[in-house]
Amino acid sequence: MTETTRRTLLGAAATAPVWGALPYRSARAQAANTIRIGVLNDQSGLYRDISGPGSTHAVRLAVQESGITQRGINVEVVQADHQNRPDVGSTVARQWLDRDGVDVIVDVPTSSVALAVNTVVRERNKVFLNSGAATSDLTGAQCSPNTVHWTYDTYMLANGTGGAMVRAGGDTWFFITADYAFGHALERDTSEFVRRAGGRVLGSVRTPFPGTTDFSSFLVQAQASRAKVIGLANAGGDTINSIKQAAEFGLTRRGVKLAGLLVFVTDVHSLGLQTAQGLVVTESFYWDLNDRTRAFTQRLGQTPGGLRPSMVQAGCYSAVLHYLKAVGDMGVAAAKASGAEAVNRMKAMPANDDAFGQGTIRPDGRKVHPAYLFEVKAPNESRGAWDYYKLIATIPADQAFRPAAEGGCAIGRS
Amino acid sequence: MDEIFGIPAPLLFGQLLLGLINGAFYALLSLGLAVIFGMLNVINFTHGAQFMLGAFVAWALLSFLGLGYWWALLLAPLIVGAFGVLLERTMISRLYKLDHLYGLLLTFGVGLIVEGLVRNEFGSSGLPYRIPAELQGSWDLGFMFMPIYRGWVVVVAIVACLATWLVIEKTKIGSYLRAATENPALVQAFGINVPLMMTLTYGAGVALAAFAGVLAAPIYSVNPQMGANLIIIVFAVVVIGGMGSILGSVVTGFGLGIIEGLTKVFWPEASATVIFVVMAIVLLTRPAGLFGRA
Repeated sequence: MTETTRRTLLGAAATAPVWGALPYRSARAQAANTIRIGVLNDQSGLYRDISGPGSTHAVRLAVQESGITQRGINVEVVQADHQNRPDVGSTVARQWLDRDGVDVIVDVPTSSVALAVNTVVRERNKVFLNSGAATSDLTGAQCSPNTVHWTYDTYMLANGTGGAMVRAGGDTWFFITADYAFGHALERDTSEFVRRAGGRVLGSVRTPFPGTTDFSSFLVQAQASRAKVIGLANAGGDTINSIKQAAEFGLTRRGVKLAGLLVFVTDVHSLGLQTAQGLVVTESFYWDLNDRTRAFTQRLGQTPGGLRPSMVQAGCYSAVLHYLKAVGDMGVAAAKASGAEAVNRMKAMPANDDAFGQGTIRPDGRKVHPAYLFEVKAPNESRGAWDYYKLIATIPADQAFRPAAEGGCAIGRS
Repeated sequence: MDEIFGIPAPLLFGQLLLGLINGAFYALLSLGLAVIFGMLNVINFTHGAQFMLGAFVAWALLSFLGLGYWWALLLAPLIVGAFGVLLERTMISRLYKLDHLYGLLLTFGVGLIVEGLVRNEFGSSGLPYRIPAELQGSWDLGFMFMPIYRGWVVVVAIVACLATWLVIEKTKIGSYLRAATENPALVQAFGINVPLMMTLTYGAGVALAAFAGVLAAPIYSVNPQMGANLIIIVFAVVVIGGMGSILGSVVTGFGLGIIEGLTKVFWPEASATVIFVVMAIVLLTRPAGLFGRA
């Protein structure tokens, strides 16, 4: 490179910030008063129905109901597809936070992606409101002052469904586990419950994720172990295929119990009551639970695809509503300046909304509320569209989640 | 109890049988691909979406018209096959003179569009479809309980494979087809409508995919990505068997089903990968595939 061209380039580089700054100023003044929410989830794969566009829809309702725009604060909602891949998820998160001025990332199902985004958000001191992912490590070994884990986690599922199965006499278990962070965490947490209750885990098999469609081979292995309960530590299409094929192989008719550890209401819809009846599931939200949840579902209206909201989508609503309350309380500037401070403010305020009722956020980032044990209705018990669950037990908020002292999170301990 | 490599023998037999059943799906799907590639020289990446459409049409026939499984087995291949004919006439036929890559890209794009449209309309978590009443229940084979439906799938798949092979290798129409692949201009000169034959061949290959889709509907979740999950494996099967070889794709389909089934016992984590390891080894040693002509 010649001296002249180098100098020209250096000169251009030196003036660039000035050129850049001029048209920027007015935009920046407006940006200072704007909260940007990024909804990051699966828009095109197997978790689309439980999160996907329905989560964005729920977030928009939260923005509208928070009344924050009436106070002169702008809120923008953007969404992106992480394709269930940690590399895609963290790239989008980085781009949003570094370049596009996003303040808070919401939803992020798929535990491996959630753990990657958790780190990215923490490094940049923004806010991560996770609703979709299950791994209890988000408030355990990998807890972060910038993260709130809202809706459910592997401990809640293990405690609910796992606990109920053991109490009903299912003391020997075999796990069919999706081979990634979520499946491992769910198997670990459920095994812990089974052992604590005096039961035994006879074995487990790890199934490739994604890409497994036929589970019959694994189901036959599980049956050969002579375990009384087959624990399905998987989700979405994997769970649907497992349950469908277990029925086909007549496992349940021969006295083996299936524990669908993570079953969403949309999965039951997809299976049909004939196949799904009798399954015991744990959820923290069901649209037909009480007057408040029904009112919420009605206000939410038709979700994309005509489905009823899942607990993940309800969680996105509830988390954003609470976050915006905190923003209104502390002011936009302070909330944008430090994600950790915004999360601290959220922790200091009690949460209350129609989807989850009253709740609180613990220092480790765990949102606590009651969890519900449901049994899937038989076809003749169902009275209408989406009437799928009957409540069999309510697990109070203080027992639904792992005690903070056992998680291994250092935040909040002095 | 007798053990083979530390695995109880009955369990191993069961796994072999299950591998064979999965192999039936691989064989049926790769058969359609092999027919289309062998006769038309088109790498049909829409095959997964057409398999999925077969299952969705079966669901739609039941939900909207009350037509059950047996009707679906007949009608879904016809309906999806007709879609294939339309696709061939309007788009694919324009690419015959170009490199394979163009056909591959076109069909890949169409596959993504179809999948996206279905996802938009029906969501991603899938729709319920039950095993027909006549085929419910299971047989006790001593070493495992074998659902009657799975036995039916294997029998039907073998019959379909055999019938396709017979049509192409032993009938007059088959000989026209093979001749047209070698030298279309000459066959056309004898007064045979080669473009029509190509169109119908594509339609038949697509109908095979839809047929497999209907067979799959009662046992797999009927969702938009059901084809995408299978199609990559099926492509590996076709490559291992030798592109365009009908016998190759059928034998490899069943064989790889068994290899995959055994991997699920000895090293489950690797069961999604093992087929690609086999593919790499075959490509290194026999680039034209096991049954392909170099």
